[in-house]
Amino acid sequence: MAEKSAPFRWTRKHLLGLDSLSAEEIVFVLDTAESFKEVSTRSVKKVPALRGRVVVNAFFEDSTRTRTSFSLAASRLSADVIDFSEKGSSVSKGETLIDTARNIEAMGIDILVLRHQAAGSAEVLSRAVQCSVVNAGDGAHEHPTQGLLDLYTIRERFGKIAGLKVAIVGDIVNSRVARSNLFALKKLGAEVYLVGPPTLLPRAFESLGAHCVHDFDSIVGEMDVINMLRVQFERIQSSQFPSVREFTHLFGLTTERFARCRPDVFVMHPGPMNRGIEISSGIADGPNSGILTQVTNGLAVRMAVLFLVAQGNA
Amino acid sequence: MRTVYDESDVRRTVASLVDRIAAAFSPDKPLNIVGILTRGEILAQRIATELASRGFKNIGRGVLDITLYRDDLTEIGPRPLVRPTNLRIDIDARPLLLVDDVLFTGRSVRAALDALSDFGRPAAIRLAVLVDRGGRELPIQADFIGLTLSDVPADHRVNVHFAESDQSDEILVEPRNG
Repeated sequence: MAEKSAPFRWTRKHLLGLDSLSAEEIVFVLDTAESFKEVSTRSVKKVPALRGRVVVNAFFEDSTRTRTSFSLAASRLSADVIDFSEKGSSVSKGETLIDTARNIEAMGIDILVLRHQAAGSAEVLSRAVQCSVVNAGDGAHEHPTQGLLDLYTIRERFGKIAGLKVAIVGDIVNSRVARSNLFALKKLGAEVYLVGPPTLLPRAFESLGAHCVHDFDSIVGEMDVINMLRVQFERIQSSQFPSVREFTHLFGLTTERFARCRPDVFVMHPGPMNRGIEISSGIADGPNSGILTQVTNGLAVRMAVLFLVAQGNA
Repeated sequence: MRTVYDESDVRRTVASLVDRIAAAFSPDKPLNIVGILTRGEILAQRIATELASRGFKNIGRGVLDITLYRDDLTEIGPRPLVRPTNLRIDIDARPLLLVDDVLFTGRSVRAALDALSDFGRPAAIRLAVLVDRGGRELPIQADFIGLTLSDVPADHRVNVHFAESDQSDEILVEPRNG
């Protein structure tokens, strides 16, 4: 009660992407998440911080992890959670995204969590509504909570982020996970290597401060962290994509390639995994894997994000 | 109105607080001491150390962050720094001493009581504070009080500083935002 104000002030009412956050803001979210992780270890896994607030999960794309994680995060904060999906809604009758959102908002909601196939949709929506908007993935643009939980997991493992060499491997150009990771990792001082075939990794990424690498084997032995992206089968037919076997051979984290990695390499994957294609099963389940830890940490990170945007909107 | 209490004042105040706590509990029975972050925790640590040196053998220690339980989050503004709670002790069926630096409106203590009830059911919860400055907004009183300040104007703050966090021990009565 007699405590002085902390020097840092969180003022954001939305979380739209990591590109627009400062390093200080990112670290603040990670620190806040650390405190929320403790809540999940209690016998009563719930705190009253968002009691009486309403969180709507509006997912216009399929999702298991992210949607469940946001729902659970909101209920652990004692918020009321409403799941909205495109199927069976008036969206299938042709209602626009903004009209849908405004109608949901008119019922009195505080936070809208949006997953949508259009890049920039969260940002557009944030200008049209009064409530907080949290981007849960907008097209190939950003997936900020995935980026934050990846950073959290890396920081938890290594105790730092600055100076680490992090490879992000696979279909970079279509990946919002790669973008959010790249923005945040660069801000916190990591060295980022984007790895993939030239068709899926345009040189333009170099202007964002990443090393673009088409020969995975040339860097695999130096990496502290290897983040394997999902092979997106919905795009695999396109001419951008080599055959599955060729992809696994050149860019998969196979047992042979893994043998050339540092012994303490940290292996990550945002899920859902294609076992045997981008990552071998034994590695995904092995001692170097942080894949399930990522999911656990995702809950704490999303609790922190919902809590902070709600305060930012107060 | 006196506005400055220096290091020796704080030392005497803590010592007399510990005297009364030591007299109220049995040194052979379990006692959990839980401090409210940040300065309640520093005071709790000092009390625990002092009680241990006086022969209390069964002290459990815990740290409570009450941010998520506050009812005035919107009033304290965009400063929601949430720090880790650490209550890896068995709090059921044994007495628990809750410690804070300043008792004012009682809202922090109310939040702390709510938080504690999520962790278990102590046999009894007692409250120790270094300073009671009046101004209660809830029916909450302390069991152990180091210093009672009855004439602090509502627009003033009572700031407790401890060497562990602020370089020196002192209690200052200052105008708000001053």
